[in-house]
Amino acid sequence: MEAAFSVLVGLFFAVGIYLILSKHIIRILLGIAIFGNAVNLLIFTSGRIVRSTAPIVPQHLDVLPAGAANPLPQALILTAIVISFSFFAFILVLAFRAYQEIGVDDTTGMRVAEPRGEPLPPMGY
Amino acid sequence: MILEQVAASDFLVVAPVVIGIACGALLLMFRHHVRWQAAFSVFGLAAMTAADAALFARVAAEGPLVMTMGSWLPPFGISFTADLLGAGFALVASFVAMLCTVYSVREIGATGRRYGFYPFLMLMMAGVNGAFLTGDIFNLYVWFEVFLIASFGLMILGSEREQIDGATKYAILNLLGTALFLIATAYLYGVVGTLNMADIARKVDLLPATAPVMTISALFLFAFGMKSAAFPVYFWLPASYHTPRIVTGALFGGLLTKIGVYSLLRTMVMLFPEQRLELSGVISWVAVATMILGALGALAQSDIRRMMGFLVISGVGLMLAGLALGDATGLSGAILYAVHSMLAMSALYLLCGTMNEYGGSFSLNSLAGLYRASPLLTAIALVLFLAAAGLPPGSGLWPKVVLAKAAIDLGNGWLVGAILVSGLLTTIALGRVFALAFWRNSAEPGEPVDEAERTPVVPAFGSLIMLTIPILLLGLFPEPFIRMADAAAAGLLDPSAYLRAVFPAAGGGG
Repeated sequence: MEAAFSVLVGLFFAVGIYLILSKHIIRILLGIAIFGNAVNLLIFTSGRIVRSTAPIVPQHLDVLPAGAANPLPQALILTAIVISFSFFAFILVLAFRAYQEIGVDDTTGMRVAEPRGEPLPPMGY
Repeated sequence: MILEQVAASDFLVVAPVVIGIACGALLLMFRHHVRWQAAFSVFGLAAMTAADAALFARVAAEGPLVMTMGSWLPPFGISFTADLLGAGFALVASFVAMLCTVYSVREIGATGRRYGFYPFLMLMMAGVNGAFLTGDIFNLYVWFEVFLIASFGLMILGSEREQIDGATKYAILNLLGTALFLIATAYLYGVVGTLNMADIARKVDLLPATAPVMTISALFLFAFGMKSAAFPVYFWLPASYHTPRIVTGALFGGLLTKIGVYSLLRTMVMLFPEQRLELSGVISWVAVATMILGALGALAQSDIRRMMGFLVISGVGLMLAGLALGDATGLSGAILYAVHSMLAMSALYLLCGTMNEYGGSFSLNSLAGLYRASPLLTAIALVLFLAAAGLPPGSGLWPKVVLAKAAIDLGNGWLVGAILVSGLLTTIALGRVFALAFWRNSAEPGEPVDEAERTPVVPAFGSLIMLTIPILLLGLFPEPFIRMADAAAAGLLDPSAYLRAVFPAAGGGG
């Protein structure tokens, strides 16, 4: 089961990185979304996948029954999903504002903060 | 389960974070009361600094202090663990933030306040303190995201075209950096089965030789290298740090990259000492490239804010040099340099803002005659430039001496050379700023100075002078600082006190 998931995680990363390497902001954003999901799946897989029992401690016991699923990766992924979702929402709006202000969705044209051909500092005193 | 009540005094470990979040929430509720925002933030940050100072004093006296959340025993509950390194960095960071907030009183107008500058500031400082004080690696990731999202808010405040351009690059590249950090954490959890740093430190040695610890530590190096703006992944910093408000630049340049460096020290030295030794060749080349390219970048800039961005990068190279050396002296030098860099870089950004107030520009091509305009500013600038260049009486000298000494002892000639050459290049860059902006006569010598515009800069001078005092102290009386840095480095190299604080029944738990 872990092997199949590992291949899936690898595919997600490949697609995500391919899109991030693009020079169009919108593709970079899609790449980041997929990259984030790849990371979540990776955490899920690192926690080992079992399918037998839900991780609930029975009433008369202090510890989980043997073979119960690992609850920690799910807690971690939940945190990571909330964070990456809010970041994605922010960057989406930021990219839209950048498109409105600068008028390009092409990173090679985004040179407002670091303009080309700026004057050098004075050479003499 | 932990059944006994946590002692009230132990809440000191979380106090800085609690103060930050509580003040942030209060400021958010009262965001329309623009007049009180700044004063309340300064008050909140003073309380945070006081809490950090008390924590630091206690850690220095008693050793690492631990508080574990939710009554769960340490490897399961999230442990806040303050040792000398974390508490010291948190103290300096809060102090710097407090003074930057004093500066912001004049710079951040009613619009900036209404759009939430001060709540963002307090939440960012809560995140910064959380990152320095937490003892859990996933929790560290969460604090990274907390200060990152708050820093986005600070960065785009004003919504100028430049800011949106810079913020896009800053946001995307930093998000990728933290995603890489999360990947490394996931692998680490998959291999070691725990997220508590003390637990990881004692379990890494017990892993079978086939465990991919080298891969994990290389991933951590890459992720935190990106966060601390090391070569070759520093391009987000010069693209963005000059665009926001001056006070925001000061906070970012002073504090945020140092959290990356802190995390590198924490993971590479405390968790993966053997792997750090293997990687030290790579780290030292990265350090050399970061130092030299940062200083060369600073030389090429005509905008003084952009020059400061490159100087931040050059300083990160020096801290990485300490990490590459990895012995007690080298780490002590890196820690000392981080403290110097927090103080000096923030002060330099604030200085840029004040130079703009007097000279009306950030460009070296038009700044002139500032010596005539304000001799006091010139004196402060001279001290700060000497400090940043690593010359006496500033604070940059001693960390560089310690680092160079460690490099000579370990026979790493390239690092010694790079430290000296980057110092020379920084001296040239800053000396040129001083010659052009302060000494050069203005084009129209008789130009009347607008008194109304230049008199009310009391907050700016107050915060600049208050930042210059510790810089001079570190430069003139370095012994207590070096002793503390030595102790912090020793705590990293031999984390047995840290482990004992988290797991009092030594060897038990798990």
